[in-house]
Amino acid sequence: MTRTTRTTRTTPSTPPAPERFTPPTRFAVPGRVGVSEQAASVWRTATLTGIRRETPRAATFRFAVPGWPGHVPGQHLMLRLTAEDGYTAQRHYSIASAPDDSGHVELTLDHVEGGEVSGWFHTVARPGDRVEVRGPLSGFFAWPGDRPALLVGAGSGVVPLMSMVRHHRARGLALPLRLLVSARSPEELIYARELGAETTTVFTRSAPEGVAVGRMAAAHVAPLMAEPPPGGWEAYVCGSNSFAEHASRLLVAAGQPVDRIRIERFG
Amino acid sequence: MNITRGFTGRPRVDHPGLPPGQYDAGDEWPVLSAEVTPDLAPADWTFRIDGMVAEPRTWDWEQAHALPASAYEGAIHCVTSWSKFGVRFGGVSLDAFLDVVRPHGSATHVVAYAHTGYTTSLPLADVTGGRAWIAWEYDGRPLPAEHGGPARLLVPHLYFWKSAKWIAGLRLLDHDEPGFWEGNGYHARGNPWEEQRYSGD
Repeated sequence: MTRTTRTTRTTPSTPPAPERFTPPTRFAVPGRVGVSEQAASVWRTATLTGIRRETPRAATFRFAVPGWPGHVPGQHLMLRLTAEDGYTAQRHYSIASAPDDSGHVELTLDHVEGGEVSGWFHTVARPGDRVEVRGPLSGFFAWPGDRPALLVGAGSGVVPLMSMVRHHRARGLALPLRLLVSARSPEELIYARELGAETTTVFTRSAPEGVAVGRMAAAHVAPLMAEPPPGGWEAYVCGSNSFAEHASRLLVAAGQPVDRIRIERFG
Repeated sequence: MNITRGFTGRPRVDHPGLPPGQYDAGDEWPVLSAEVTPDLAPADWTFRIDGMVAEPRTWDWEQAHALPASAYEGAIHCVTSWSKFGVRFGGVSLDAFLDVVRPHGSATHVVAYAHTGYTTSLPLADVTGGRAWIAWEYDGRPLPAEHGGPARLLVPHLYFWKSAKWIAGLRLLDHDEPGFWEGNGYHARGNPWEEQRYSGD
């Protein structure tokens, strides 16, 4: 049977389709936060003012950014480095700091093996250095602090979630907020000193004595889903793609509506 | 120019196919979707074109595969600054679908929508003339779900957020109607060679 005859045979049996059909939106709709076109289109010079080690692999870089228009927790920016010959490298990075940090933003970067930009930050950068940033960008993953938030992250995926936790604390928000975070080991848990009662940790390679080692599982999600706040959770998942796939499926299996899960995948 | 002290960058490979601000991702193919990957079987997949066309039409998996096969081999470019070379997609040219529905002369834009509800908007001229595909194969194999399988839109000359995963349909319009990222601060067209990343670029 040729391809042409197949078309001919199947077409008459096709039921008449509705005039207009769009599948129902089954994922979180955009526009949590409006993005200022003007702010997003301007490159600003950011001056590195401090470096704080978080783990053997990750450090936080603090910048003063004159004219920074402010951001909402969960948003990211684009960062650009320029070599002497005019070559540029640009990357998206989630913002780690809370909005109420006037004129400053913080980024927490993993030292990526062979990383062109993260390599510069981890081996060359020192206070006083200048880079360029534009943003904040994308309102999709943003959390303005208006709904109960269930934050699920792994590795450096905790960075935009920490901005939300810090915002929650800084503003003294009464809305429920919980953080479920996965790291390879206690030594590699970013922001370990800052995590508090809102946080459940999962260790995949090694853990303190008496604490189980293993992948994030239904048992970690179940207690959070068993006691949802009125109106339910707004879920924010951030990490590697494999983690994001795994964690989002856990949430769906536990009853979290697909259209209330926002995902930010790192590489 | 705002030189970064001590930054040399990785060794320059003079790649004529690399748009400004992009780097070669090599063998990597990062996954960047904002939604939960849907469980969508080929048997449940449909593709519809409607709006400003003479004959709106819905194809199922088998009907779409009955159209003449068409492949794309070349580069793809993501707005987050990676590019990937030598990728091979198999599917059907969007022209083959549009020939069936016969667009009105007044149609100027399309909104592509996914089975998840994701949308992206494009000028009609960017998805005609052999520049766009419905793709279901990657490197000779079924397109993986996390990359939009069973079928995605493929518009390789624009930033890749335009190449909607889990494509469900196109609606032809006589005006631009911003899609998911376009309404979220990203550029209406997204030409990598013009670095049209965000609105205002």
